[in-house]
Amino acid sequence: MSRFLTRDGKRLYGLMAEFDSPEKLVHACEAASEAGYTRLGAYTPYPIEAVWEAIGHHRSKLPLIVLAGGLAGAAGGFLLQYWASVHAYPLNIGGRPLDSWIAFLVPAFETTILFASFAAVLGMFFLNGLPQPYHPAFNVPRFAEASRDRYFLMITTKDRNFEPAAVRELLAGLGPVEVNEVED
Amino acid sequence: MSATFAPPAELAALEGRAWLAGGLGALASAAGFFVDRPQFFRSYLVAWLFCLGVALGCYAIALLHQMTRGAWGLMIRRPLGAASRTLPFLLLAFVPVLLGLEELYSWARPGAAADPLIAQKTWYLNPGGFLVRGLVYFAIWIGFAWVLNRMSRAQDRKESDRLFRRMQAVAAPALVLYVVTASAGAVDWLMSLDPHWYSSLFGVMFVVGHGVAGFSFVILVALYLSQREPMREHLQPRHFHDYGKLLLAFVMLWTYMQLSQLIIVWSGNLPEEVTFYLNRTAGGWKWLSVALVLGHFALPFALLLSRDLKRDARKLARVAVLLLVMRWFDIYWLAAPAFAHGGGLHFHWLDLATVVGLGGLWFALYVRHLASRPLLPRFEPYLREALDDE
Repeated sequence: MSRFLTRDGKRLYGLMAEFDSPEKLVHACEAASEAGYTRLGAYTPYPIEAVWEAIGHHRSKLPLIVLAGGLAGAAGGFLLQYWASVHAYPLNIGGRPLDSWIAFLVPAFETTILFASFAAVLGMFFLNGLPQPYHPAFNVPRFAEASRDRYFLMITTKDRNFEPAAVRELLAGLGPVEVNEVED
Repeated sequence: MSATFAPPAELAALEGRAWLAGGLGALASAAGFFVDRPQFFRSYLVAWLFCLGVALGCYAIALLHQMTRGAWGLMIRRPLGAASRTLPFLLLAFVPVLLGLEELYSWARPGAAADPLIAQKTWYLNPGGFLVRGLVYFAIWIGFAWVLNRMSRAQDRKESDRLFRRMQAVAAPALVLYVVTASAGAVDWLMSLDPHWYSSLFGVMFVVGHGVAGFSFVILVALYLSQREPMREHLQPRHFHDYGKLLLAFVMLWTYMQLSQLIIVWSGNLPEEVTFYLNRTAGGWKWLSVALVLGHFALPFALLLSRDLKRDARKLARVAVLLLVMRWFDIYWLAAPAFAHGGGLHFHWLDLATVVGLGGLWFALYVRHLASRPLLPRFEPYLREALDDE
């Protein structure tokens, strides 16, 4: 719940600046980071690595999720076979021991890959906050230009240092086309 | 580009230390030859195959790079090439194996043909064929290594756009022939120690082991060079990251081959095939097998997953040392049970003396080859791109 209101009296989500060149956006990201803002969003028509660097990237937790998925798949696949062959349906096959772990390795490997892949895809969606049918950024009509040739930087009210006047002053000083209020 | 990439002068001191260690090891091995001749040949075979694995691994990685290109390989092409130029020395080091043929290989002993199974195989397993095949393998490796090193050398002198395309054209058949000849070498030198047993995966397992050995070795060389001029700025974390990734791939491939053979032999459950694993799971051998699973797969696999570790040359080098040691144990694990005749696992001091002796002499020669040429080919068309990158 935002502490701030827009001029029309609606809840304020953040302030968004529109730039007409990637250089200006990168510069703005750096300036906003230096000013101490951390809850930023940058929107560009194509990936710009310098933006990712400028707004302070963090380490992805995805590899750990994939590892956990893989380990769960390995344990699950192996134990399923062990349980089926030793407890649920013991069957003498060619005089081999019931717990023929060597034969269990290949299916266990397959379930490892399967679970790790699922963990990778679902984990990616989860960490990206998807699916997300509503996002306040789209309340700014100009925001559609983000998929054409305009570059946007938003500082949200979630930021601890957010103060509408100060943020507006900072953004206005970075050479934007315009600065808009984003309605929550 | 004005830099000449001259190798660091400290290499001379390193070479001196290697000659010393190798000389002492060789003296001890020579003493062992007179004290316990059969044991000398057994230990020597393992030491020779270990050194050969490192040299051939480097040779094959160089071929892979020259075929596929990329900045990762360009940075280590010269260190790899230096290893491929030690192959003539390893051919010379083949002589003691030939001298110990009857000690090592039961099929080479007089009267071996009395065994009906060996009698069926004498068209392939005979001393003359063994010698000729060995010479052919080495001729192919040395020949291609010579041609490719010569082309790489030409890039120190003049700019040429055609040269690297020609390298590519030569490296492709060389790589195919390497896999075929090295697999056949594995059959001749290792698998025939137990002439009753066979496995069609054995050759590939041996070749993949070369990849592990070669990458482990070249990571250590790259670490050494990255701490000195002129490579200090050029060898960067991203290069070690690449070497770490490729090392991880070869560790997994080695495991894949080993596991495939185990699953096939276990499923087939045939009396003449299962002896391989029965010998290697009895008594102390079981612990060596467990050590290989942990040290050649589980531990390096888990460590090499980390991005930070792969980008830290020192940490990556520790994994490389572990894997190089494990390469020796893997070859020992393949060879020695045939000598034990069902007996337990007993390491001999000659096992250490031969690998220090031959390995030391080999390494001294390697360092001399490394120091004899610039560390980067100055006029390689992609060099600037490789150095500027990132």
